[in-house]
Amino acid sequence: MIVTDPAATGQRTAFAPNWLGRLGWVALVIYVIYAGSQLGFSAERFSTGLEHGHRFLVRMFPPNFERWELIYDGILESLQIAVIATFFGVLISLPVGLMAARNLMPAWISWPMRGVIALCRSFHPIIVAILFVKAIGFGALAGVMALIVASIGFISKLFAEAIEEISLKQVEAVRASGAGFLSVLIMGVQPQVLPRFIGFATYQLDSNLRNSTMVGIVGGGGIGAALFTAYQRFDFDVVLAILIVIVSLIMVAEIVSGWARRVFQ
Amino acid sequence: MTVAAQLDRDWQRFTPLKRLSRFAFYLFAVLALVISLRTIDVIPEFLYDAPDQMTDLFKRMWPPDLSYIQPTLQGLIETLHIATLGTIIAIVLAVPIGLLAARNVTPNFALNLFAKFVFVTSRSINSLVWALLFVAVFGPGPLAGTLAIAFRSIGFTGKLFAEAMEEANAGSIEALTAAGASRMSTLLLGYWPQIRPAFWSIALFRWDINIRESAVLGIVGAGGVGVALDTALNLLYWDQVAVVLIAIFVVVVLAEIVVTSVRTRIL
Repeated sequence: MIVTDPAATGQRTAFAPNWLGRLGWVALVIYVIYAGSQLGFSAERFSTGLEHGHRFLVRMFPPNFERWELIYDGILESLQIAVIATFFGVLISLPVGLMAARNLMPAWISWPMRGVIALCRSFHPIIVAILFVKAIGFGALAGVMALIVASIGFISKLFAEAIEEISLKQVEAVRASGAGFLSVLIMGVQPQVLPRFIGFATYQLDSNLRNSTMVGIVGGGGIGAALFTAYQRFDFDVVLAILIVIVSLIMVAEIVSGWARRVFQ
Repeated sequence: MTVAAQLDRDWQRFTPLKRLSRFAFYLFAVLALVISLRTIDVIPEFLYDAPDQMTDLFKRMWPPDLSYIQPTLQGLIETLHIATLGTIIAIVLAVPIGLLAARNVTPNFALNLFAKFVFVTSRSINSLVWALLFVAVFGPGPLAGTLAIAFRSIGFTGKLFAEAMEEANAGSIEALTAAGASRMSTLLLGYWPQIRPAFWSIALFRWDINIRESAVLGIVGAGGVGVALDTALNLLYWDQVAVVLIAIFVVVVLAEIVVTSVRTRIL
């Protein structure tokens, strides 16, 4: 009979406590308390806030759809901004993403392009919108331009990554049959990346729709302008009505883009 | 059917239904684009002097007003706190709702649907709009900004968290249940080790996004470096705006480098 001595074999406890991990959680709690005090959070402020919040909610209900014409116009403009910005953003992203793909392009093209993409990505659309409002004035065009920049930053990056992940066997096969560069792209690269690309584009449409409801706050057109005006006039019931419309619009858009992704899978 | 007729078959890549729906997608896309382009309200007169305005803008921005670095740095620290704290609060709120949304953890359709609805609402309302609402409730300042970031992030983190839970391997969970583990133990010892990498990568990814988002919240008075930006913009001090923009750019790039390096190390 084999006798195993737990002490001699160095018995392992199941689910041993991880002290380093627990220390990490403690550090996190300490940080939360420190940061909260730095930002001036206090229980008293929170409780007065809840009182305000109560009054705020009372004024929000019931939602006021009386100015539905204003809401309708704003939503329509937001939709226009989102569709146009997505189209041109995707159109520009195609060559930019392709040029940023390191497996198909030499380094002296791909690195500057990656820089451009990083620049487009690092600024929030609202900052870009402010600059465009200054450059081309108030209105939907400034919002469209800002969202085009945001779309380029997002889609080009994902598109470049999708191209870098393709199988080069097909590309070689097409090239071996004597195809030129453009034919290689159309026959060797495009079939491999199209489904993912449609996915990015529809996702960006959702994202642009969400952002187009906001660029109006800085003068970029769309429903954001109506929302901000209602907010500044303390018409909180109109604010709630606009928010309900935005949320339902984006739900519909997500269903439609989910359908589009399934069709192209 | 003869063999010849079978060989003569016309092979097609897609079924008719698939081709029809692809066609419908293209038609829908083109239609939406054409209608939008024809009806959008654009004032062409503004476009004529756009290049002049652009050069004017950059001329006013250069050289950046270096004395504005002090308020910018203070704002940046506040922005970092808002982004970090907002992400933490978002995760604390998103985990329970994510558990409700995961179909394998909560086999109740009504609760799943409710959680999904919370996520969609959180994601559809932009962080700036969330900030407006919280400024109305808690007054201007970083408290409103932090809560705006938190509420905006619940949808994103919760949705991805629920998806990670649904992808968890059922084997180890069944083993724990068979051994008589309680519900809490299955969550902590069955699910958590499996989704831990996904969890940290979601948290880091959202933190990276939140730094970008919290940099602009100040425009509606919700604290952070956006307040410095808004002040400079309202006074038309474009050389100060340039300082803030450069600072935001540097911080965003640094955050992305940190996130990428941490992710390769822990995953």
